[in-house]
Amino acid sequence: MITKKEVEYIAKLARLGLSEAEKEKYSKELSGILDYMKKLNEVDTKSTGPTDQIVGLTNVFRKDENFLQADVEKIKKMIGQAPEREGNFVKTKPILEK
Amino acid sequence: MDIKNLTIKDVKNGLERKDFSSQELRGEFLKLIEKENPKLNAYLSVFDESKFDESKGILAGVPCAIKDNVLIEDTHCTAGSKILENYISTYDATVIKKLREAGAVFLGKTNLDEFAMGSSTENSAFGPTKNPHDLTRVPGGSSGGSAAAVAAGLAVFALGSDTGGSIRLPASFCGVVGLKPTYGRVSRYGLMAMASSLDQIGSVTKNVYDAALALNIIAGQDKFDSTTIPKEVPDYTYKIDDSIKGLKIGVPKEYFGKGLNDEVESVIRKAILKLQNLGAEIIDVSLPHSEYALAAYYIIMPCEVSANLARYDGIKYGYSIAKKSNNLLDVYLRSRGEGFGEEARRRIMLGTYALSAGYYDTYYKKAEQVRTLVKNDFDEAFKKVDVIVGPIAPTIAFKLGEKTQDPLTMYLSDVYTVAINLAGVPAISIPCGFINKEGKDLPVGLQLIGKHFDEATILRVGRNFENN
Repeated sequence: MITKKEVEYIAKLARLGLSEAEKEKYSKELSGILDYMKKLNEVDTKSTGPTDQIVGLTNVFRKDENFLQADVEKIKKMIGQAPEREGNFVKTKPILEK
Repeated sequence: MDIKNLTIKDVKNGLERKDFSSQELRGEFLKLIEKENPKLNAYLSVFDESKFDESKGILAGVPCAIKDNVLIEDTHCTAGSKILENYISTYDATVIKKLREAGAVFLGKTNLDEFAMGSSTENSAFGPTKNPHDLTRVPGGSSGGSAAAVAAGLAVFALGSDTGGSIRLPASFCGVVGLKPTYGRVSRYGLMAMASSLDQIGSVTKNVYDAALALNIIAGQDKFDSTTIPKEVPDYTYKIDDSIKGLKIGVPKEYFGKGLNDEVESVIRKAILKLQNLGAEIIDVSLPHSEYALAAYYIIMPCEVSANLARYDGIKYGYSIAKKSNNLLDVYLRSRGEGFGEEARRRIMLGTYALSAGYYDTYYKKAEQVRTLVKNDFDEAFKKVDVIVGPIAPTIAFKLGEKTQDPLTMYLSDVYTVAINLAGVPAISIPCGFINKEGKDLPVGLQLIGKHFDEATILRVGRNFENN
């Protein structure tokens, strides 16, 4: 069972604002889903390694060269979508308190 | 002009015979979309014109639709989410660049479950898509808009993305062909990332031949996606009509157990009999870890989702309350809390929990170990057979609202498709029959699964099936 307190902790890690009603709801729902996941404990994996790259690629490198020319118009388009900006910079909130 | 059933080949022939010009064709499709889309909600946005030359190339003048999680420069891309409601793509995805070079005409962007997370397209922030075969039913998801558009004839073909069945399930529910290529066959550059170790772009088409044609264009290594494979792209139409006599086709017993609807099973069994009559050798195989694939998938996927969706922070782009608050944490919490829909939030929570301190070994690592076993199952089976066949989904298209109350019930729609993404193998859904419900014929899809990078063989089997 996932408690409401755990839900609050996880939501903060995930930077997700939840309402009180949602906290109650997720506590129930996530518990149900995670119970279903316990099914995996039936499988013996003591001698099995994990798989993440499924077609077996490892260490993909490219030549250390500049193949991307900076496209000023594109950069403007990207920065231009930031909700707050100053010139060609994305503006964020202060992270250090005085 | 009846444009609803046009295939890629028909368009090419029609243009050559001068039955229509590509301008006229585009106009006809736009008219049809204007008429039909209000009841289907397959398209989220439609492009009235193009500044590109669409007269040259293998797909010259062919009107297509693109799932709204693939970027087309200077156009809206919402991912079906309120958080990206006003987002404008700043570049073309590699698949878009390739289609453009081949002369394809983009008609618009199609509806999807938010960030491709769902099995019914009901999780879209812009309302659900309806199934063209029965407007009270879902089209499947998450590429429901793409499948409904092609099924209703509102596009000649479409692109979708498939993380756990998101191309194949809607193709099955809508009675069209849906191909998920091998992981790494098609570049994901410009596709909004959902679960990066599973995501793959593929096509929704009216027949198998068109699926081969589309794959010819979109496949290949890309320097912008380091998970694409340095393997040459064959001509997938080459020998596609060759007989399947002597081909070994495996039937996994685990795909015909409890949970599979009786009527669906009977349609699938008949389809397998047809493959046998076409000369294929039908062999029983086993994929013993099938019953654990869904649980492993629903751990790995949300973990990767929680990491990928961290980028939507209310600072760089997308929905933001930055102007209303001067506190950074507050901007994160509220922009994300208000911007993401319910299922996106649920999966972020699930993934964050499973990856949080103390749980990594219990969940993510365990799921990745089970993933190895699922892959080994396929490796073993493919020592005995060339192709594996089974159902796409345990049921036909379900009713709108039928499964929205219980997430776990919805997740079970993916029980026969997720293992394919875990194993990275290619698979295709082809229409193989109908089941009549309340006076309406509802399609059933047959799943053909191939070895890594052997799309050609499943396309050949599918082509033989649809030709006979």
